[in-house]
Amino acid sequence: MEGQSVEELLAKAERDEAEKLQRITVHKELELEFDLGNLLASDRNPPTGLRRAGPTPEAELQALARDNTQLLINQLWQLPTERVEEALVARLPEPTTRLPREKPVPRPRPLTRWQQFARLKGIRPKKKTNLVWDEVSGQWRRRWGYQRARDDTKEWLIEVPGGADPLEDQFAKRIQAKKERVAKNELNRLRNLARAHKMQLPSAAGMHPTGHQSKEELGRAMQVAKVSTASVGRFQERLPKEKAPRGSGKKRKFQPLFGDFAAEKKSQLELLRVMNSKKPQLDVTRATNKQMREEDQEEAAKRRKMSQKGKRKGGRQGPGGKRKGTPPSQGGKRKGAFGGKMNSGPPRLGGKRKGGQHQGGKRRK
Amino acid sequence: MDALDRVLKPKTKRAKRFLEKREPKLSENIKNAMLIKGGNANSMVTQVLKDVYALKKPYGVLYKKKNITRPFEDQTSLEFFSKKSDCSLFMFGSHNKKRPNNLVIGRMYDYHVLDMIELGIEKFVSLKDIKNSKCPEGTKPMLIFAGDDFDVTEDYRRLKSLLIDFFRGPTVPNIRLAGLEYVLHFTALNGKIYFRSYKLLLKKSGCRTPRIELEEMGPSLDLVLRRTHLASDDLYKLSMKMPKALKPKKKKNVSHDTFGTTYGRIHMQKQDLSKLQTRKMKGLKKRPAERITEDQEKKSKRIKKN
Repeated sequence: MEGQSVEELLAKAERDEAEKLQRITVHKELELEFDLGNLLASDRNPPTGLRRAGPTPEAELQALARDNTQLLINQLWQLPTERVEEALVARLPEPTTRLPREKPVPRPRPLTRWQQFARLKGIRPKKKTNLVWDEVSGQWRRRWGYQRARDDTKEWLIEVPGGADPLEDQFAKRIQAKKERVAKNELNRLRNLARAHKMQLPSAAGMHPTGHQSKEELGRAMQVAKVSTASVGRFQERLPKEKAPRGSGKKRKFQPLFGDFAAEKKSQLELLRVMNSKKPQLDVTRATNKQMREEDQEEAAKRRKMSQKGKRKGGRQGPGGKRKGTPPSQGGKRKGAFGGKMNSGPPRLGGKRKGGQHQGGKRRK
Repeated sequence: MDALDRVLKPKTKRAKRFLEKREPKLSENIKNAMLIKGGNANSMVTQVLKDVYALKKPYGVLYKKKNITRPFEDQTSLEFFSKKSDCSLFMFGSHNKKRPNNLVIGRMYDYHVLDMIELGIEKFVSLKDIKNSKCPEGTKPMLIFAGDDFDVTEDYRRLKSLLIDFFRGPTVPNIRLAGLEYVLHFTALNGKIYFRSYKLLLKKSGCRTPRIELEEMGPSLDLVLRRTHLASDDLYKLSMKMPKALKPKKKKNVSHDTFGTTYGRIHMQKQDLSKLQTRKMKGLKKRPAERITEDQEKKSKRIKKN
């Protein structure tokens, strides 16, 4: 009998529990996804009940909302709680939904010159008191700012220091010194800012928004745009005064692999002949150009030395005999080699020619 | 540009605080919303904006005057407003014959438009039309999204993210359980989005968790998705970037396998294996006689070597 009553009691207790839980349980086919940090729940179940509802699904919507809210509340009530000033407070976890930021991530600012120095030396900022005892007024005054302790500007008497000009205005001097200090501080601040700004710009990957681009960037962008057509820029017109871009051709030119066989054979045989010959082959043009360049450099160096010496001593030796002619060994060859060129040259060089100086070759100015 | 802001130093502490509030930070401020009326906004759209402002107070700004702009054509004026009022969420209402009762919801990244979604209002019941008590302003709402549509298309996913961003309010570490007062319920069904807001009534349920009853309180909207202007993938990725300091720290030397077992690693110093303490087997123990003979052998070996 007792056993039976105990069993009955247990069964009854179970039924009661189930009933209670029934009031707060909701049956869903797919579990909801919860983000308790944002008090958010997502229900992925397809809304079949609603589809049958018709044009005004208000009641069905409310029923669905009630179910979903019940599930969310169940989750929230399971969070750890504490009592804060007679209110029951639940501790929320971190929100899991990732949402975009409103502003970009702040970049660490590069250190100023002083901060770098302080870091290097291990200098740390000294903690200073807010108020300083001021003897003159006999009270505690702030360290800087309005009504500060040792205020230079409020002095009515400044003694003229020993070595100074007695007619100089010491007050004006003090004001001037202050202005200079302020200006220097401002300059350093702007310089630090410019350095920081320059450091931060490279992260823009060399590209700037329109309106902030430099002349070179615009030129490059224009060139790239010109070539980005279907015919790789061949039929792009240029503006009336626009110059052709220099240096846009091929940097090295190679002979085609299968070209003129006769020419290739000829060049290979010539190469072998040159290598076998005993006499060295001399490219006269290049040799003379090299020689002339060397001479020019020597003369320039000498002139610089002379001018320095002249400045120091106050007198100057005329830099005579600059243009030494070409060394005698090559003189004959040169004249012979450039015979052709000299014939074509004279009409142009006639006016400027000084004997023996502008003889052919490519002169570097 | 922030560099220009720093060239001109603020002269008062108040100005400095103002600028500091607006500069980019590691953990950001709560997003403000600006509610703008277009040149031809009608009464329904205006009422919608007022109701949303009531929901979003104090993190919202309602512009009283009409602004003649078209968000989808020209975003500069929106960006200008955003910069001046430091708002990164916006809602723009307008009405014309082609797009009646139009509402554009959007958000900004770095004062430039990130996402914009245009919704058409088909039915609207305002806060003041439903006559019952409302909840105090500034309460954090609960958000519920129902319907599988919200995960299927990219448009809907972005819309969901945008709505969460718009309505979620401040992020708090604790919440008073009795203070959970209202819930915003979004259902996606047949191409329409039903937005309903209900007030929560907690009833006794016998156990600790209360039973919920809902009472319709606030604005209810039936929305239709119209145009969208979503951010490109890389811009969106850039805006989602989290600074390293806020990322959850990984525990080192701990790993989990697929079955849920946790493995740990211990790093030991070098051990001399010959001197290892192993189990003592009494049978293998050296007896005194054997030990003596071993010693003698060792000694003889040493003498031999020498």
